[in-house]
Amino acid sequence: MAVGLVIVSHSQRLAEGVAELAGQMTQGAVKIVAAGGTDSGELGTSLEKVQRALEAADSGDGVLLLIDLGSATMVAQMALEALPEERRARVLLSDAPLVEGAVVAAVEASIGSDLAQVAATAKDAVTMDKGVGG
Amino acid sequence: MAVDSAAMLAWLEKVAGRLHEQRAYLTDLDAAIGDADHGVNMDRGFTAVMAKLQAEGAPADVGAILKTVGATLVSTVGGASGPLYGTAFLRAGMALAGKTALEPDDIEDGLKAALEGIKARGKAQAGEKTMIDALEPAVAAFSAALAAGKDKRAALAATADAAEEGMRATIPLLATKGRASYLGERSRDHQDPGATSAAMILRAAADQE
Repeated sequence: MAVGLVIVSHSQRLAEGVAELAGQMTQGAVKIVAAGGTDSGELGTSLEKVQRALEAADSGDGVLLLIDLGSATMVAQMALEALPEERRARVLLSDAPLVEGAVVAAVEASIGSDLAQVAATAKDAVTMDKGVGG
Repeated sequence: MAVDSAAMLAWLEKVAGRLHEQRAYLTDLDAAIGDADHGVNMDRGFTAVMAKLQAEGAPADVGAILKTVGATLVSTVGGASGPLYGTAFLRAGMALAGKTALEPDDIEDGLKAALEGIKARGKAQAGEKTMIDALEPAVAAFSAALAAGKDKRAALAATADAAEEGMRATIPLLATKGRASYLGERSRDHQDPGATSAAMILRAAADQE
């Protein structure tokens, strides 16, 4: 299989949209799981949703957690701390920009790169040139 | 009198009631410099806490009650205050595990553990316009009151006073943590909602006495 991705956002629709966009690049080769909004679908973050997404995205090769802002960081950290040690060792929290990071991480994961490489590529997305010029 | 399970429950009920009453006020404070959800989130969290404790019955172990509060807040609040207050109550619960009656020294241990938990979780210090600006002087005031030989009632009153003073002192501060930090200079001249809810929680404890 491949490294999986978890997309954590305050907005359920934003998380699902980022997962959709990144998934378009990899056509099902990479598990990309959205964990957006609270349990009732309002704006916010849910520890349980993130924990379930970590479970669903992990096929044994590891998971990269991408986050939007604010409490997403703390909720992702708490989800990591709650994992048993052997699973925690194969999950990394990324501070990459959410959209660009998810897209390049998905592509990197789809060619079979390991977790460290997928994380490094996602982090590099912060320097991506959008071709605006100037 | 030491704080037993019933007294702890009565305090939490008072906290839940006040956060419910003040939910619009807290949300208004948050609307000015954040994402306008603090009152709603805190009310939802503490409503869930009371529902859980009433459904399951509060154990005699006060530390276990605090851990239940923390775990419930983490999973129901939905905003940054969930992991922050959740960690505070979880750490206090760990510090007081197995205790069925809290003496003033125990309360001090719990307060210190809660403050350290919030600082570690939020990677924040005093002066950044957060709940720490209310909590840190409050915890110091409790310790100072005990050291001066004051009883629990006087110590908790001093704690709540210090929390409210710290809360008001957040008004001129520039926010460098949390959603308010995105506003930069525009975060000044507003009272921090997290510091406000922290002061309410501690005032509820003083009013129990």
